[in-house]
Amino acid sequence: MNPEVYKESQIDVDEGLSTIEKTVLTDYKYGFVSKFDADEAPKGLSEDIVRFISARKNEPEWMLEWRLKAYKQWCRMADDEPTWANLKYPPINYQNIIYYSAPKQKMNPKSLDEIDPELRRTFEKLGISMNEQKRLTGVAVDAVIDSISIGTSFKEQLGELGIIFCSMSEAIQEHPELIKKYLSSVVPTTDNYFAALNAAVFSDGSFCYIPKGVRCPMELSTYFRINAENTGQFERTLIVADEGSYVSYLEGCTAPMRDENQLHAAVVELIAMDNAEIKYSTVQNWYPGDKNGVGGIYNFVTKRGICQGVNSKISWTQVETGSAITWKYPSVILKGDNSTGEFYSVAVTNNHQQADTGTKMHHLGKNTKSRIVSKGISAGFSNNSYRGLVHVGKKASNARNFSQCDSLLLGDKCGAHTFPYIEVRNKTALVEHEATTSKIGEDQIFYCNQRGIDTETAVALIVNGFAKEVMNQLPMEFAVEAQKLLAISLEGSVG
Amino acid sequence: MLNIRNLQAGIEGRKILKGINLEIKAGEVHAIMGPNGSGKSTLASTLAGKKSYEVLGGSVDFLGKDLLELSPEARAAEGLFLAFQYPIEIPGLSTTNFIKTAVNEVRKYHGKDPLDAVGFLRMMKEKMALMNIEQSLLSRPLNEGFSGGEKKRNEIFQMAMLEPKLAILDETDSGLDIDAIRIVSNGVNKLRNKDNAVLVVTHYQRLLDYIVPDFVHVLYNGRIVKSGTKELALELEERGYDFIKNEVNVEEGV
Amino acid sequence: MNSVEHYKEHFDQLQSTDKNGLTAIRKNAFDAFNKFGIPTSRHEEWKYTRIGGLFNKQYQFPVSTGSLSANDINDLRLPGHEQANELVFINGIFSFPLSKIISPELIVQSLEEAASNEFKEIVAANLGHSSDYLKDGINALNTAFVNGAVFVHVSKGKVTEHPIYIYNITDARTENIFSQPRSLVHVGQNAQVQLIETYVTIGASESFTNAVMEIVVEENALLEYYKIQNDASHTNQVSTTHIRQVGKSYVHAVTISLNGGIVRNNLNIVLDAERCEAHLYGLYFQKGKSHIDNHTVVDNVKPNCFSNELYKGVMNDEASGVFNGKIFVRQLAQKTNAYQSNKNVLLSDNATVNAKPQLEIFADDVKCSHGCTVGQLDEEALFYLQSRGIAGKVAHSLLVRAFATDILEHVKPAPIRAYIETLIAERLEY
Repeated sequence: MNPEVYKESQIDVDEGLSTIEKTVLTDYKYGFVSKFDADEAPKGLSEDIVRFISARKNEPEWMLEWRLKAYKQWCRMADDEPTWANLKYPPINYQNIIYYSAPKQKMNPKSLDEIDPELRRTFEKLGISMNEQKRLTGVAVDAVIDSISIGTSFKEQLGELGIIFCSMSEAIQEHPELIKKYLSSVVPTTDNYFAALNAAVFSDGSFCYIPKGVRCPMELSTYFRINAENTGQFERTLIVADEGSYVSYLEGCTAPMRDENQLHAAVVELIAMDNAEIKYSTVQNWYPGDKNGVGGIYNFVTKRGICQGVNSKISWTQVETGSAITWKYPSVILKGDNSTGEFYSVAVTNNHQQADTGTKMHHLGKNTKSRIVSKGISAGFSNNSYRGLVHVGKKASNARNFSQCDSLLLGDKCGAHTFPYIEVRNKTALVEHEATTSKIGEDQIFYCNQRGIDTETAVALIVNGFAKEVMNQLPMEFAVEAQKLLAISLEGSVG
Repeated sequence: MLNIRNLQAGIEGRKILKGINLEIKAGEVHAIMGPNGSGKSTLASTLAGKKSYEVLGGSVDFLGKDLLELSPEARAAEGLFLAFQYPIEIPGLSTTNFIKTAVNEVRKYHGKDPLDAVGFLRMMKEKMALMNIEQSLLSRPLNEGFSGGEKKRNEIFQMAMLEPKLAILDETDSGLDIDAIRIVSNGVNKLRNKDNAVLVVTHYQRLLDYIVPDFVHVLYNGRIVKSGTKELALELEERGYDFIKNEVNVEEGV
Repeated sequence: MNSVEHYKEHFDQLQSTDKNGLTAIRKNAFDAFNKFGIPTSRHEEWKYTRIGGLFNKQYQFPVSTGSLSANDINDLRLPGHEQANELVFINGIFSFPLSKIISPELIVQSLEEAASNEFKEIVAANLGHSSDYLKDGINALNTAFVNGAVFVHVSKGKVTEHPIYIYNITDARTENIFSQPRSLVHVGQNAQVQLIETYVTIGASESFTNAVMEIVVEENALLEYYKIQNDASHTNQVSTTHIRQVGKSYVHAVTISLNGGIVRNNLNIVLDAERCEAHLYGLYFQKGKSHIDNHTVVDNVKPNCFSNELYKGVMNDEASGVFNGKIFVRQLAQKTNAYQSNKNVLLSDNATVNAKPQLEIFADDVKCSHGCTVGQLDEEALFYLQSRGIAGKVAHSLLVRAFATDILEHVKPAPIRAYIETLIAERLEY
């Protein structure tokens, strides 16, 4: 590899932040930029960059081949960048993005004490501390900054149960047989434009394997943060729950405030074997852009799980308040007989945000069940779309689906859209879909006012009530944070 | 406590209250009675500050403050409570959470620290015992799927929690059977003391058998046309509103 | 027939023989057709209905009504025709001799004529309005070949006592026919009218009908519109009805589809005035290999409108059904109430249903909802009937009829309703 293509840069904490941004910083409390040395690739994407990333990570040859194949596929898909979603944004210049940025530090810290103090302060601001205090709450954390996994806590304790929870880079080195077997088995590299891009350039992510019969005793969690300028973040998560196991996984994301749009194109793959259950919860709070729609993250994410085994279950819960653009459809392939898929979603859009999100439930096995609860809240000038597919295959006898999609509009400059697709090929299926659109009633606000509650708090209460069925699915610590986020996201939207 | 002078108000450009004068002192119970469309609910909503009601003239002094200048939530924080004729449903919001938010918002208004979970629960248990209300009702989403009686009991429970200076009961008896009226009235009576006051707005006399008023006013066509003691309510019950209408119409030469 | 050249020759010929003002609108439409082409399943609106294959066949492109006589079509008439006005299209060309007007308040002219007489402003303002909603080559293709089209005017303030029956007849006795009926109906202020439209093919050759009807409904007018489709399995059609309510008015539309090859219906209702009301009902009960696709649009442009939509489908054998219902609420259209419901029953292992109910809301003070279900007949209800001694097959038929009744009760003209009930009873062999 060519040593010239690699450069070091120092990111200054205040650089590029205008006064206005600083004043609105209060709106988005995660909008700080951390100051630490980063190890970056030059801008742009080419075969060399793919090789560069693979080399930086000391990947084996098979992994490089896998990436190069994906890269070539992506090049061939140039005309396939999705245009069907209800989203408007200028063309993305893929040559103006830095595809690799790693905080420059020892790649494998022996203990958490070795982590860059600035990085540790970043985590503290994010509310993640990798110390004893956090240990008491029983959440094992993997943190990914820009594209690199920084450290995983609780490893030993999990190891005793045979649970593997580590960064994807480490998994490629330490557990190649598992990675070879499962990587891209649910989301093929050719699945879609962004999935192909991710496969070519993903730099890290989390890997988790729960062995047969093990019930993971704590929540596993990954925090993602985009920090460096002009960087894209392309992480990849793979979770395998072997027969009879259970795991609950949490994912949180934040990013600094920047004028330009940053690209996030992640892939998440879940595999549940016989009688296994995976619960995957996301609180997505990428920077949404400012009040005028300047800046913000473009969030193009492919999340898919397969209920491979009988009686298995995959449940997605998401609270989406961030990103300028959200394109995301966490899906479940219900292959095993008697398997269950669930999707619970709250998506809030304000100002100029746009979200096109929903799910796909593919019923293939017999007696498969799925449930979809989607709550969309639109405010400001935003557009919020639910797009969902329920497909019942010819062999999926006695499939059952129930979908409920509700939209709440705050103001008359925003839009709420519902695009459900229902495809039924088996007469024994029962599929039910319901959707409603409404606004917050004046009388509801007045009732709260009359009890001494101001309008802003009243809106937060009403919106949280509207979203409750989904919030109830979140683990406790997450639910509290998510409720606050909803309130913050909608501040000033009703006046 | 409350001093209403020549209050005129309306909705959608229609004048409904045409000059109300009323004074309520601490410790008193007043009843406002009147036929449908006389302006009873308009008076209650205007005092509470509902946006769609427009004040067209007059003044309202509440505990030394210009009530009409205050936002609805400030009126509530100052101690004005309206028990709604039709309590509003908020799906997904638990009644407990709603009341806790209200209690703490009012405390914040007065510069007090919010009650923590323990303090709030203690207060709630105490009032639940006083009001004979069960936990299950308070765990349910606010007013959603409540029966008429449950809604009204919930209103009075909120009144107990917020400890207002002046409670306005807007047609609290509507849609209730006699047992429910007795339960609700008992609640109100337990909350009465020398420092607070109650304004009962009702069409029928029957509620006044349980919440006995010191003064009764008859509202007709946007004005208080007759005031008296509780005997006036009995007279209305016996003779109907027509005799009042006739008296007024004769006076006004209609 | 997929190639543009195929149409170019016909198009040039048509344009050169035209003596009135429709050349410009045809030209625009032909350009649009060239641009959009025949929709493929990559087109979102045609995701579940493939019509490309129909264009691979050789068709005759008729320019005259041909040789059918009144006797030839007697058997095709709908019940109650004695008391009805009858408008007859043969192979997409309106036939004055075969048509019958008995209501004096009805003015029926060729569209070409209306485009240049006292109705020319109405024609100019409304002909082709559907192209704002149907941005595909199929709709453009009809407009590009507007020829032998009809203009119907219901005079202001008149209640048309006798319904209007519209027959779209294809004469496929000797060769495959591609026909494109076109009509513009103008319902004047305070007028009331019932329109009943049906499609029939004579002969065993294949037919492909691409029909467009545009209806304008003025202030305080009332329109009842019925479409009945029960043609043979070698007949295919794309049938577009575009209703625009330009004044406070009432529309009641019912679509009954019982048979056909590939059938695509587009029903658009544009609520372009305050306080309009629209009711849409549909029943699709398909057998064999037929494919039925109902696309509906309810576009709320102005405030305070109300719409209610109920479509029910029963799919038997290898039939496939599509329902796509869109509700748009524009930013100005506050206080809209719009409801939609779609219910489907699958009777056989090889039947399929694809549904896409869709809401697009840009105003906040609205009440909108949709619901969609797919399932089979209620097992418990079947058992209940059987336990009362009703044989399984009969119980089954009773339940299907009960399912259809919700729609049939909205067919108001008694002879038409009786006719449809008979067709359904025959289908159920009971």
